[in-house]
Amino acid sequence: MLEISGLCKSFAGFRAVSDVSLTVETRQIAAVIGPNGAGKSTLFNLITGHLAPDSGTVRLDGRDITGAAPYRICRMGIGRSFQRTNIFAKLTVFENLQAAFLVHHRRGLNFWERSEALYRDETAALLVAIGLAGAENTVAGTLGYGNQKQLELGLALASDPQVLLLDEPTAGMSASETHETIALLERIAAERSLTLLFTEHDMEIVFQIAQKIAVLHQGKVIAEGAPAEVRNNPEVRRVYLGHGLGHGLGHTQ
Amino acid sequence: MTATTATTTLLRPALSRRVPWTLIVVLVLATVPWLGSRYNVFLAEQIIIDALFAVSLNLLLGTTGLVSFGHVAYFGVGAYVCGILMKTYGVPFIIAFPAAGLGAAFFALVSGYFCVRLIKLYFAMLTLAFSQIVWAICYKWNAVTGGDQGLPEIPYPHLGWMSVIPGLADLRIGDRFYLLSLVLIGVSLAVLHRVVRSPFGRVLTTIRDNPERAAFIGINVRAYELAAFVVAGGFAGFAGALYGIFSRGVFADYVFWSKSAEVMIMTILGGMGFFWGPPVGAAALVWLNQEITDYTQYWSFVLGSILLLLLFAFPGGIVGGIVSLWTRLRNVRRA
Repeated sequence: MLEISGLCKSFAGFRAVSDVSLTVETRQIAAVIGPNGAGKSTLFNLITGHLAPDSGTVRLDGRDITGAAPYRICRMGIGRSFQRTNIFAKLTVFENLQAAFLVHHRRGLNFWERSEALYRDETAALLVAIGLAGAENTVAGTLGYGNQKQLELGLALASDPQVLLLDEPTAGMSASETHETIALLERIAAERSLTLLFTEHDMEIVFQIAQKIAVLHQGKVIAEGAPAEVRNNPEVRRVYLGHGLGHGLGHTQ
Repeated sequence: MTATTATTTLLRPALSRRVPWTLIVVLVLATVPWLGSRYNVFLAEQIIIDALFAVSLNLLLGTTGLVSFGHVAYFGVGAYVCGILMKTYGVPFIIAFPAAGLGAAFFALVSGYFCVRLIKLYFAMLTLAFSQIVWAICYKWNAVTGGDQGLPEIPYPHLGWMSVIPGLADLRIGDRFYLLSLVLIGVSLAVLHRVVRSPFGRVLTTIRDNPERAAFIGINVRAYELAAFVVAGGFAGFAGALYGIFSRGVFADYVFWSKSAEVMIMTILGGMGFFWGPPVGAAALVWLNQEITDYTQYWSFVLGSILLLLLFAFPGGIVGGIVSLWTRLRNVRRA
């Protein structure tokens, strides 16, 4: 589904992403983990066209999408949520999602119809699906943090993506919010047959839902595979212990 | 089953009520030639032309979040195209007026192509640069624009046909032109209102709010910004065409950058978050200008002080202030 091969990106001589290759199969739930500054967000930005790679390719369903403009990549079927919440803060929750539907259905150059009368049912249904029913008239920027993250997920889902990239979907959430979000993600991924690629600092979550894990360290993939393999990889343990995060990996079986 | 239907209906906010404000305002203003003096007609005409100019700017400023410091360029192109066609070539108004809008829109397409490639302050500076280029051309190209002498004595359109309409037969040509302008501006505002409320308008508001996110719901941000620039430029051109005829001549002064600042002040003063903000701002500024210059020569000083006060007291402009006052009163009554 999503094939990344030999991706490199340097900033002023610093190799943020160095020869990264990663394949995510259709309907797979994959996670990229690594210490802060390992290059996770840069990798996402390279996939979604926010940054152009120095070398390497990104393929979606066999099609080369390397370096295409973000809006094109979005239209090709990659949805994304950002690490720092990225919504339309001054529009209402309803308007946020409705705008995404309008664009997805290529109605943006319609100068004449009344936008507020369009895609009302689709928007209402999505509101229920992401658990924001009842908040439709709220101005998005005034929502609580967890709800803003839910809305952002809704924005990504409105374009009906095949692949969903989530950059730390539970960052800054309380334990109960985290729990709900993960349940929501799992349910939506199953219902919509999504391919999921996410980054996460909470190792418990990663090992709970990921079917495949890639570990990024200093811009390089140091381990890749099923959770059990990654957990027992000596280099991964060394890197994580070095960062005081070893407890998240659990005990060696 | 019934329960599900009930929930989904509840989830959709009610559609807003539609009040034909444009029509109401046009009808009220149409009475000015009968109820007011010649001077009132003069003021009203200046206000409605500035209102259209300011609303066209607000499509960029308030709706798309693009700060253009050079919007007067398109106003000026419209004024010159219409003026030159009517005076030099004797083209009738019915062709010269649409040509002014198209000419301004075309120039907006060319200059906008470059401007939308830059962001924020750089965008603003480039729009200013283009408008100063237009000004320089108008000021120097004697053969076509009349240079620093301008194009005086632009003829009025033929409005003899209005005599057929009962009640209009004994109106002066100036009053008749006012009514024609009122209808054209009313239609333009109705169209712009519709555009702002359309899916296109919604896309523009997402760009204003968050361009990065807008791109990642699949919006080609630059292309939409350019489209907004062209539409705004075209309507500014219509306003310019009417202004040239109204003031009986087109001069390079009209294209000078200070005019861009003036229309921006109108927009912010009235409230750029509201469709009717800029027209209210235009009315306030034109009226204040007349009132204050009657009493003092320090018009700019007084205007500056008033603006300062308003911006701190009502950051949403005059209309924003009225709306928040209204909401507060309603809440007090409910409590």
